[in-house]
Amino acid sequence: METLLQQIVNGLVVGSVYALVALGYTMVYGILGLINFAHGEVVMVGALTALQTLLFLMGVAPDMAPLLKLAIAVLVAVPVCMILGFLMERLAYRRLRGAPRLAPLITAIGMSFLLQTLAMIIWGRNYHTFPQLISTDPLQPIDGVFITPVQIAIVIISALMMAGLILLVTKTRLGRAMRATAENHRVASLMGVDTNAIIALTFVIGAGLAAVAGVMFASNYGIAHYAMGFMPGLKAFTAAVLGGIGNLGGAMLGGIVLGLVEAVGAGYIETMTFGFLNSSYQDIFAFVILGIVLIFRPTGLLGERVSDRA
Amino acid sequence: MHTNPASPLLQLDGVKIAYGGIQAVKGISLELYKGEMVCLIGANGAGKTTTLNAISGTLGLAGGSIMYDGDDIGTLPTHKRLRKGIALVPEGRGIFTRLTVEENLRMGAYIRNDAAAIDADLERVYTMLPRVKERLAQVAGTLSGGEQQMVAIGRALLSRPKLLLLDEPSMGLAPLVVEKIFEVVQTVKNEGVTILLVEQNANLALEFAQRGYVMESGQLTITGSGRELLADPKVRAAYLGE
Ligand SMILES: Nc1ncnc2c1ncn2[C@@H]1O[C@H](COP(=O)(O)OP(=O)(O)O)[C@@H](O)[C@H]1O
Ligand SMILES: [Mg+2]
Repeated sequence: METLLQQIVNGLVVGSVYALVALGYTMVYGILGLINFAHGEVVMVGALTALQTLLFLMGVAPDMAPLLKLAIAVLVAVPVCMILGFLMERLAYRRLRGAPRLAPLITAIGMSFLLQTLAMIIWGRNYHTFPQLISTDPLQPIDGVFITPVQIAIVIISALMMAGLILLVTKTRLGRAMRATAENHRVASLMGVDTNAIIALTFVIGAGLAAVAGVMFASNYGIAHYAMGFMPGLKAFTAAVLGGIGNLGGAMLGGIVLGLVEAVGAGYIETMTFGFLNSSYQDIFAFVILGIVLIFRPTGLLGERVSDRA
Repeated sequence: MHTNPASPLLQLDGVKIAYGGIQAVKGISLELYKGEMVCLIGANGAGKTTTLNAISGTLGLAGGSIMYDGDDIGTLPTHKRLRKGIALVPEGRGIFTRLTVEENLRMGAYIRNDAAAIDADLERVYTMLPRVKERLAQVAGTLSGGEQQMVAIGRALLSRPKLLLLDEPSMGLAPLVVEKIFEVVQTVKNEGVTILLVEQNANLALEFAQRGYVMESGQLTITGSGRELLADPKVRAAYLGE
């Protein structure tokens, strides 16, 4: 019982980070019908920019409070990633609007390689230790179930950011324009909406969420490196498809469900396979789920229908 | 303002519009004066929708010019043309089916930030479209065709346009609904909004409009007052089913 509860806690933590990243995939898909495979790399850039900032701060202001350092690192990483998201859209994807679907897809994959390579040039191939400024000493709220303060922070901050995004999209004039643009660019422009600006904004918001997710991953595992965005990106994409790509609530649900399945699965994979596979094979679950969803419910858990726009 | 009463609000001069290499509109000239209601009639595929789309900016020009209120707007993006007062009720209505009825209407007021005046205008739209008021919180995709057309017109009015372009507002609707829609259009006209109306239902359009143009294969062939066109034997033969 404790094991299961423990897996659920772990799943919720990882799942909330997947959800944050999945939102970026789903928002861009919702508005452009494009799968931005480079989105995972934004997570990596967020983590490494935060790392760079932390190292700098530790050098110039070693006595600064750790939480303040971390906050500053996030405040640097978020705008850096936002600019990156903006540039991706402006310099690459915008030129490919209306091109056959394969062109932007291949561009996105190329963009992903490009960003990884650039990151490798800047930060090298090594794994970097990410300073764990929020305590990772586990608390034990229930006997036998552990959660660290950094994990608590991850869950709370993710929840707040998702709530904020939902409010923005459902309750504000800007959010209304985003939804209108997602449904029909042409008619939205007839309403006076600068749809190019709305599309750019969508990339910027998604990249901001990914930056925070990057810092969360790095803080949780204590590690950052140039290829760290790849797997979470793929998982978050799976989560977005699982929830119903294009659907914000779906991305959140998909992230949490995927995190739970993975964590619970990791706890039992050894028993399930009679010891053939151990918990280091937990990544299997995401891709098994992706396969099952694509075969049996391609619209995902909350998706009504696949977007009719190419 | 640059306008004097004698200069047109909208003036197309030698306008050409092409899809890829194929010209759909082959050099048309027309003008609308402030407060006029003018209709554009013609068979399916004549180029009417193409023309309206070029005026509202969702299609670019292959030649010619569009002057509006004294300015050349030929290369202005769509959202800026709306800010200048040009609103289009597109063919097929262009309702945001996943937004609620109220959200659709509020999208019409997107460029405005006078909240109180927007609410007052919304109330006015509700009185014009009483059946819509009961469905404000409903997703607009659930409305009937007639109700969607009403919402599309109400939405366009919420931008407080000076020039309203209507693309076949009667398409696919029952006669009673069409009558209601034309009542609304008449009210709007009486308030001084300049209207360019595209209709296949030529009888109806020519009754309402002061002037009309006939479009055939991308060209304007006949023009005159509504009454003249109604009496023109060629128009009667081609568009009034005689
Ligand atoms: N998106 C498009 N791509 C290519 N050709 C088009 C497109 N839209 C319209 N056309 C062509 O342009 C011509 C005029 O069409 P349209 O303006 O829709 O006519 P109308 O509104 O008078 O029925 C037609 O021959 C039509 O086939
Ligand atoms: Mg048409």
